[in-house]
Amino acid sequence: MHKIWLIIQREYLTRVKNKRFLLVTFLMPLLIIGLIFGSAYLSTTGTEHRKIAVIDPNGFIKSSLKNTSQIEFEFPDKVDTSNYTSKGFTDILILPNFDSAKKTNYILRSKKSMGLMMQNSISDKINTAIEDQMLQDAGIRQNVLDSIHKASQYAELKAYEDKGNASKESSAGLAMGIGYASGFLIYITLFIYGTMVMRGVMEEKTNRIAEVIISSVKPFELMLGKIIGIGAVGLTQFVMWIILITSLTSVGMSMLPPDIQHQVTTLQQTNGQMGGAAGMAQASESAMRIYNMQHTIANANWPLIIGCFIFYFLGGYLFYSALFAAVGSVVNEDPQDAQSLMFPITMPIIFSYLITNMVTQNPNTPLAFWASIIPLSSPMVMMARIAYGVPSAVSYWELALSMIILIAGFLFTTWLSGKIYRTGILMYGKKVNWKTMIKWAFTKQF
Amino acid sequence: MEPLLSLQHLKKYYATQKAVDDISFDIEKGSIFGLLGPNGAGKTTLLRMITGIFYPDEGQILLDGKTFNPSEDISKIGYMPEERGLYKKMKIGEQALYLAQLKGLSKAEATEKIVYWFKKLEMESWWNKKVEDLSKGMSQKLQFVITVLHEPKLIILDEPFSGLDPLNANLIKDEIYGLAKKGSTIIFSTHRMEQVEEICDHIVLVNLGKKILDGTVADIKQMYKENIFAIETPQMEGITDNSIFSVVRKEGNKVLVKINEGHNSNQVLTHLIQGNHSIVAYNELLPSLNDIFIKLVESTHATARAFQNI
Repeated sequence: MHKIWLIIQREYLTRVKNKRFLLVTFLMPLLIIGLIFGSAYLSTTGTEHRKIAVIDPNGFIKSSLKNTSQIEFEFPDKVDTSNYTSKGFTDILILPNFDSAKKTNYILRSKKSMGLMMQNSISDKINTAIEDQMLQDAGIRQNVLDSIHKASQYAELKAYEDKGNASKESSAGLAMGIGYASGFLIYITLFIYGTMVMRGVMEEKTNRIAEVIISSVKPFELMLGKIIGIGAVGLTQFVMWIILITSLTSVGMSMLPPDIQHQVTTLQQTNGQMGGAAGMAQASESAMRIYNMQHTIANANWPLIIGCFIFYFLGGYLFYSALFAAVGSVVNEDPQDAQSLMFPITMPIIFSYLITNMVTQNPNTPLAFWASIIPLSSPMVMMARIAYGVPSAVSYWELALSMIILIAGFLFTTWLSGKIYRTGILMYGKKVNWKTMIKWAFTKQF
Repeated sequence: MEPLLSLQHLKKYYATQKAVDDISFDIEKGSIFGLLGPNGAGKTTLLRMITGIFYPDEGQILLDGKTFNPSEDISKIGYMPEERGLYKKMKIGEQALYLAQLKGLSKAEATEKIVYWFKKLEMESWWNKKVEDLSKGMSQKLQFVITVLHEPKLIILDEPFSGLDPLNANLIKDEIYGLAKKGSTIIFSTHRMEQVEEICDHIVLVNLGKKILDGTVADIKQMYKENIFAIETPQMEGITDNSIFSVVRKEGNKVLVKINEGHNSNQVLTHLIQGNHSIVAYNELLPSLNDIFIKLVESTHATARAFQNI
């Protein structure tokens, strides 16, 4: 046992002390947060500016087409498709006479094609204007319409899940997000750390140090030490990421303008209410949004999710890295061999990821159930289902079964790979395929 | 003297061939033992069984009179494989420390011994260098130090001098003698026969998985001698075939003769003196191990076995 510990230490320390590890560990959270904030920033302050000439024979549309930071509407005379560019417009919007009895098209001509988002926002505005006009024609007064519009903005679907007597707010959006994110993280890390194990084994074999070490420790100890050491590196990286991301987010929160911060705290104290409709108006839109985000995030069962994530990350890692180690042990100098031998291992990982994408939307299909029990895919798929809640989406026995099978699974792959490894690591100059590897595993060698 | 290592009827069969087929021999304590054989003769398999990497199919290994138990006895053995292996990116000091600890030394003990050996072989400045910065000969030296660091009773060296310049080869050779004098037993596996003749007390030659020769270097030479004598004389012309000996060939001012069956070397001398030849030197030519090796191995087409299948 003492020797395994030495091997684990070496594998762990040589990697953690490596500059690349530190770089990835510290830059990754910055990159992720930067991407989130950056894309949010870019989407609100798009640099594209459009000046649109509107030809409108109806007259009632004008009030609905309000200028925004990106779009400027004008209603000039004597502008048509032949001369709108020379008059300084980027687009021309030609509206026909609307007739409530039949569907009509309106036309947008542009110098540069317009993005889908912008097109949708324009057509939404026009359709609302037409709808309003029709309602008015049918006898509904403008002020009634306005109050309906205003009221509809504050209605929101709140889904609750029933748990015996208590019911709890559920958020499918959040569940999807968590499920997708954790599935994706496990997918990426299986590849990163799995291939790290494989390359480590290949290095030892091609350097011929394996033979020196195997005259001191058992091959199985060497393999296990490497797998555990690299797994510990992965775990360290996750813990650092979690710490960094939470502290960066709280730093980001403290940089908000003080009045918004104040409003958010008030919202937290009053549980989202600010003295009825009048109070609502006081809370600015951004404070409301931040509060809602915090509220939903706080709703998730984080200890369970993080606990399961660590379990499934480790389980999946142990399951697959043993197989990666087996591949590494049979490869000779040629990395091409590794590519083709890796294929049967990477295929189930990729498939599991695809299944995870489906499961994030439908957590309770038979496919989702079986994929979360079978250890080839359970680390990713079960995480996607757990995000929807235990025991509401995943019952306790399912979770327990999946975990037990995963443990049995990695014990099996470790045993199998140990057999392949001890033969492969000392064998040079022979091209090996999976058939031979399986043969090694099930026949007595030494 | 009681042998340190005793192999008894070892067998190791692979699917397609008998890698080691019933080999037995003893190695005495403190001796330098040569294990010889052509490529693919089964030497590596034999060494891997002695180092506990492989288990024999049949037969047993006794170390110090007791049955060899790999997990316990591994710390009594130092093995330097033919293909040298070190972590290229790891610092040399850390690497030596790590490998010594794997052999069961404590960190303090290991550090002390590494410092001792590094000083002895003038390697102190290497501590913080990486293996990839070393030349082939330098890493060879490092590998040797790592092998003997934990003061094993049994040191197994597979081609220890390949890649070393004569100066460093002598340095290592002296260390090997020193270790043997202190009581370590050394198994020395090589193809270089002149080194074996120089260093080894006792040799075993294996071929096709079987032992074909076993004995001290002197005994083996006696066993394979062909009764050839060299006569150094200024009057070479007068020496011709006769009933006592026949001339093999002439080399410079020496005549090589082979004594015929039923005669001895004194009769040759008497014959020459009676013929009034002035003899400057007269000595027996023993075959070199190289000749014996080639003679024994060549007839068996052993090269065809170099391809191992498992």
